[in-house]
Amino acid sequence: MEIAQIAVLVVISLVNALLPSQWRKWVLFVISLIIIYWLQPSLSIRWLDYTLPSIIIGISVITWWVVASREKKISPITALSREDSTSLVIILAIILLLTIPRYFDFPIALTSRPPEIWQVITIIIALIIILPLGSYLISFRWTAILLLLIILAFLIIIKSEVLSIHLSVFLRQQTGQDTGIASVIDIQWLGFSYVAFRLIHTIRDWQTGILPDLSLREFITYVIFFPAFTAGPIDRVERFLNDFRAIEKYNPFEANRFTEAAARICIGLFKKFFIADSLAIISLSHTSIDQALSAPALWLMLYAYALRLFFDFSGYTDIAIGIGILWGIQLPENFNRPYLKNTITTFWQSWHMTLSSWVRTYVYSPLSRQLLRSRYKNHVNIILLISTLATMLTIGIWHGITLPFIVWGLWHGIGLFIHKVWSDHTRAWLRRLRQHPGRDAAWRWTGVILTFHFVVLGWVWFVSSDLSSAFRLFLALFGVAP
Amino acid sequence: MIGWEWLTRYNYTRSFIVRVIAKAGLLFLLVNLIFWILQPLPIIGRISIYNILVPGRERLPYGESPEAYNLSLYNLDAMFASHNIARIKAPDEFRVAVIGDSAVWGVLLTNPSTLTGYLNRELLTFEGKKIVFYNLGYPTLSLTKDFIFLEFATRYQPDLILWLVTLESFPISDQLASPILQNNVSHLQRLHEEYGLDLDMNDARLVHPNIWDKTLLGQRRALADWWRLQLFGIGWSNTGIDQQIRGFEPRSNDFDQDTEWHTFTIDEPFIEADLAFSVLSASKKLPTQIPTIIINEPIYIADGANSDLHYNFWYPQWAYDRYRDMLQQQSEQNQWNYIDLWNQIPPERFTDSPVHMDEIGSQLLSEKVMIVLNNFLNELKDTN
Repeated sequence: MEIAQIAVLVVISLVNALLPSQWRKWVLFVISLIIIYWLQPSLSIRWLDYTLPSIIIGISVITWWVVASREKKISPITALSREDSTSLVIILAIILLLTIPRYFDFPIALTSRPPEIWQVITIIIALIIILPLGSYLISFRWTAILLLLIILAFLIIIKSEVLSIHLSVFLRQQTGQDTGIASVIDIQWLGFSYVAFRLIHTIRDWQTGILPDLSLREFITYVIFFPAFTAGPIDRVERFLNDFRAIEKYNPFEANRFTEAAARICIGLFKKFFIADSLAIISLSHTSIDQALSAPALWLMLYAYALRLFFDFSGYTDIAIGIGILWGIQLPENFNRPYLKNTITTFWQSWHMTLSSWVRTYVYSPLSRQLLRSRYKNHVNIILLISTLATMLTIGIWHGITLPFIVWGLWHGIGLFIHKVWSDHTRAWLRRLRQHPGRDAAWRWTGVILTFHFVVLGWVWFVSSDLSSAFRLFLALFGVAP
Repeated sequence: MIGWEWLTRYNYTRSFIVRVIAKAGLLFLLVNLIFWILQPLPIIGRISIYNILVPGRERLPYGESPEAYNLSLYNLDAMFASHNIARIKAPDEFRVAVIGDSAVWGVLLTNPSTLTGYLNRELLTFEGKKIVFYNLGYPTLSLTKDFIFLEFATRYQPDLILWLVTLESFPISDQLASPILQNNVSHLQRLHEEYGLDLDMNDARLVHPNIWDKTLLGQRRALADWWRLQLFGIGWSNTGIDQQIRGFEPRSNDFDQDTEWHTFTIDEPFIEADLAFSVLSASKKLPTQIPTIIINEPIYIADGANSDLHYNFWYPQWAYDRYRDMLQQQSEQNQWNYIDLWNQIPPERFTDSPVHMDEIGSQLLSEKVMIVLNNFLNELKDTN
């Protein structure tokens, strides 16, 4: 997000605070719907920057349809509450209204290439007919599985360079555009990585019967809550609901909350637009890997890269949390001084906390439970290794389906496994060490330095475009000419 | 909020918020006012990590290219502070500042392959002092731009100046076309007054800052540029890269029959007053008398269609020949140290413009310049 876009979001949030409190839920719902179109970058494929946010809304509505309360499943149309019907009408109205700039010049165009209004209407009517019919033909259980597969398919496509290019070629063929210039940039789908994880979370919780009842307005606002839309955090729906349902009573100008919001936004802006952007100039990149003249120069650039990642991402999180507070939604923290942690386990408990918590809940725990029930149940370390590697691999792949990201995930997976085994073996020794504060502090700081460098060296995989350049970089960092 | 206890443990009040906003607002106004009064950008420009924490740049910052750790900015103090000419002059150093356009700066050339790069390889000495050449070329065509850099360079105690010129830098009408001049009106005004340069100070292209432009907020871009220049210094020192050298489209070799040059034709040609000879003369008025050698830089000589009418894409033959005659005459009249190297480099050594050369061309030019320099220094030794 640009600084001007953040300023607009802050102003909108402040204006909302002045509105009558009973309007706020609706305002947040509508604003979130509009903003996902506004934030979506322009794409060169015709209609796509309109279509992608529309798909997010569409898939979210369908997911809600599946995971909503039992009564709606029995009689979908008649069971719609007045609030749900109104929400649906608002969603359809916004989707249709956003096609109007195609016919008239508006000073603010939220989307650069909307399709014809009749095309959108046709798709909406088709969905309205197919979905209720489909719900009679396929059980919600299977629909949920189908939805999970669709969401995962979308996620895999946007995370894979090869598949993205194939999709770009396909879409360009459909729109009669030049396929020779198809590229990954054509499929820049803003926010979907986070939306996908929120949707999967709701579907899985529905499958296990722990998802609370949600109205359409609540569900959509949770999935596309605009401060967290582009870069998280990934909130849990039940926590979000508690805040959302109380926002009418919330006073955004209450001194403590307002101060916290303003401080978080200002600190976030400083972190992102001054510290991170300054570090970006000197940090390692695809191009600078082969440019550095010496090993110390590479280390300097690698440290800058590590710090830049932290300040960039945590800056965005601070801004999101700050804007969230202005709306009465307390988003979860994502970072807790990760580079000052003395073990790789505590690092992952304080780096992108909402992602790691999500993956722990939906990958690590079910997988290790499953393995504990299997024939490996007596091999705890094997179960631990497989579950940890699968968890970290998921996090790696979530960043992009490339070999370097996969190796980065494995790097951390192996690190976490070794640390777990090692800490199990040294627990008694560590307990004795705590009785000697000096030695304990020295040990802790050694741990901080070692953990920091393990993470920093892990970023080598993250920054490299392929494995060979990562290996070259490793050699160069240790003064070995490739 | 995990990790944010320092922020949440206090009980804030509305009056606290009002006080913070009021104080922040006042501080903001005050800083802007101070900035407006003091105009500290030149002083800030002189604060530099170059030549202290990282080596100075071998040519002036130019080009919006983060991948090459380079940018264009208008703060002359910051530009020169980032250059290696700003380092302390050694007692046994004979400092030569080389002024000129993009050919001197070295478009499409790495630093060691520029004219100064090759000249420095020769490890020349003069009266026991090591001759060090400094690349002060800058990629726009204007003698006034060259002069502003020349005048700035005198702060750094050069012992000799090599000034490479070409006809495209001479038209009076284009003297102010360079953005670096347009955004340095106060410098330009001073030069106009002190040296009597023939410039239209009411030219609409000149950027006269208003009150707003003089505040901190108005100069945020200039400040950000200064900051980026410092940060790029780390990348520059780590990599030695200051230009992205990619493929290029070769200079044209075929031309049409039209022989107009700027607004002049063979029937209504330019006269001396149309060219900025006054700027060359002004260099003689510099407070510190620094010997200057003016060199008419080599140009590409085409052999394609209508090459009997044109030397190259820039120059119809009549215009260039006339210019050379005029420059020769002016040099004799004003006793300038003038050398004409216009046809000294083979055409195949030119790259994307009539004056940009490849590495070999640059090396050949350095050999020619070295001969000129040796002759000049011998003469200088004799007079000393």
